[in-house]
Amino acid sequence: MSLVIKDLHANVEDTPILKGVNLEIPKGEVHAIMGPNGSGKSTLSKVVAGHEDYEVTSGSVSLDGEDILELDVDERSRAGIFLAFQYPAEVPGVSNANFIRAALQARLPKGEEIDAVAYYKDLYSKMDVLEMNRKFTARAVNEGFSGGEKKRNEILQMMMLDPQYCILDETDSGLDIDALKIVAKGVNAMRSPDRGILMITHYQRLLDYIEPDYVHVMADGQIVKTGGKELALELEESGYDFLKDGGLVNA
Amino acid sequence: MSAEATIDQETQNAIDIDRAKGDFHFPENHKYDAGVGLSTDTINYISDVKNDPDWVRAYRLKAYETFLSKPMPTNWATEDLNNIHFDDIRYYLADGQKPMRNWEDVPAEVLETFERLGVPEQERAFLAGVEAQYDSETAYSSVKEELEKDGVIFVNSTEGLKEHEEIFRPWFGKVIPTGDNKFSALNSAVFSGGSFIYIPKGLKVKHPLQAYFRINSENFGQFERTLIIADEGAEVMYMEGCTAPKFESTTLHSAVVELVAMKGAKIQYVTVQNWSSNVFNLVTKRGLAHEDAEVRWIDCNIGSRLTMKYPGVVMKGERARGEVISIALANDGQHQDTGAKMIHAADNTTSNVVSKSISVGEGRATYRGQVLIPKHLKGCKNNTECDALMINANSKTDTYPAITVRGNQHVTQHEASVSQVSQEMLFYMQQRGISEAAAMSLAVNGFINDLVSEFPMEYSVELKRLIELEMEGSVG
Repeated sequence: MSLVIKDLHANVEDTPILKGVNLEIPKGEVHAIMGPNGSGKSTLSKVVAGHEDYEVTSGSVSLDGEDILELDVDERSRAGIFLAFQYPAEVPGVSNANFIRAALQARLPKGEEIDAVAYYKDLYSKMDVLEMNRKFTARAVNEGFSGGEKKRNEILQMMMLDPQYCILDETDSGLDIDALKIVAKGVNAMRSPDRGILMITHYQRLLDYIEPDYVHVMADGQIVKTGGKELALELEESGYDFLKDGGLVNA
Repeated sequence: MSAEATIDQETQNAIDIDRAKGDFHFPENHKYDAGVGLSTDTINYISDVKNDPDWVRAYRLKAYETFLSKPMPTNWATEDLNNIHFDDIRYYLADGQKPMRNWEDVPAEVLETFERLGVPEQERAFLAGVEAQYDSETAYSSVKEELEKDGVIFVNSTEGLKEHEEIFRPWFGKVIPTGDNKFSALNSAVFSGGSFIYIPKGLKVKHPLQAYFRINSENFGQFERTLIIADEGAEVMYMEGCTAPKFESTTLHSAVVELVAMKGAKIQYVTVQNWSSNVFNLVTKRGLAHEDAEVRWIDCNIGSRLTMKYPGVVMKGERARGEVISIALANDGQHQDTGAKMIHAADNTTSNVVSKSISVGEGRATYRGQVLIPKHLKGCKNNTECDALMINANSKTDTYPAITVRGNQHVTQHEASVSQVSQEMLFYMQQRGISEAAAMSLAVNGFINDLVSEFPMEYSVELKRLIELEMEGSVG
């Protein structure tokens, strides 16, 4: 049971960004992708989620053996893929409580309704893990949120939707150390043999709090190096210069 | 996700089933039919059938002259008005029954119509009185007994002008003169039905009064005429709902609504209209607010081919307040041309306009506002906000605010915004598993959320449901 990305190529307006990505995230594992700006890390997350700006030119993405590239964005989500956004969109006038409820409702068979009491109980207990104020439920989604609040909101939604595979895109960016610890607490609570997690990050810092099983280095649209968590520490010390000298990048 | 507003068959079927709530009609069964087209004969026929007093007949005939003399206002309004063929419309259709006080006395088909629209049920649940109009005449009219004892009058316009002439006549046509515009003149010539309401001094009516306007016949024009008078210190909320089945040919709805709030009185007029897309809806609505009085229009326009409606308040007495809160949703093939008119005519008067429009697909939303504060006044305030939400690139929205403020002792504020349901917002919502249609409807409901809370509970639920249906139909 895993999320498998095979030889994935994708373009934005005819410019190739992903140039043959191979990656497998089995359930129960936490993987991290690191790499310099512009290497295609965020693009990979959006292509897997199904953003319409990206055109897949070849390769496949499969979820527990089922190809998902033909599915719409919402269908992929309901199939079990969650993306924690680097820059979550604002949804003016729609409260967080209603938004999350709509997302859960979308997973129920037609005619079935969310039990409101159980829903709020669940929501509040997860907000407590993330140390979020109860007033948060009535605020419009991401509107006027600080960077830290937005990221916590992403983790809250992830906890509520209980996805099989989570992709966290630069979740650590814009967080101070206290907020980072809280977010990490939420993600660690989500670690489970039934779930695969992929973290995309620019900095090693996040990995101090969420320890990955594997670290991949992405450069110029490909995974160029894979190792254990110690690879992140090496990168932290010596940076990505090896990419230039080591000839790891395809010519 | 497609930018085109295409509808797959499955979605279409789903909508059609839901639409069926209002989209049905019964065979016509009219004892009185003024025939097709408009002439002095038509007007005399209506006056004869209704047994009008002479002053009303004269008023109608004079209004007909005014109607003929006024050009179609296509110099500022849409050319689509030229597609109304006055000679093809039927101006009066009725079965000759007087309004019934009990639902069981209402003809079976008419009763079934209003039952399917949920009117008797709403009456039992939360209304103080109901008037139900079917084509030209009121089929049912009833007000709670205790209100009748308190002196509340709630009848149709025909009964109002005959039985209560001493209250009706001094205000009839005074807030909106016949010649205000071509369609107010048309209404004045052929009006039938609508409500006449009088609330006595100091009486605060707790529950809303409701009117329901139903068109059942094709090629028909509905011209109800409503006059509401709240005497000194009185308070009332009036709600109006409207539907018509979808016919191939056009249908015209052209009402005139006049509100009179005496000193310290408060009138709230709530409209939720859901016309089918063959209806021309050209309505003139205005309130007169005396000293310390308040007139509020809360207006939601969904459906119709073309709606032109600019509720207004003339603030005639000191410290009078006027407010227009409006929501318009223009879907494919629809044009919502709405706005507000605020005329300050006394010191320290206050007006507030909040308008939100949503245009979908080829839908077009236009805001026209007029605020007038003359030079000799002092201490007047106006706040105008108009926000437009566009859904997909073909939508069109225009704003024509005209704020005329003379003198320097006033405060006015105007804000306008145009926003879109962005691709990133949709992607975000869909990534959470919400379908495109549901995401659209969430975004739209979010946009109007603060205004929906101004509607009575029962209507705000209905409103959200209507918007969901409209949005389901607008995405593939």
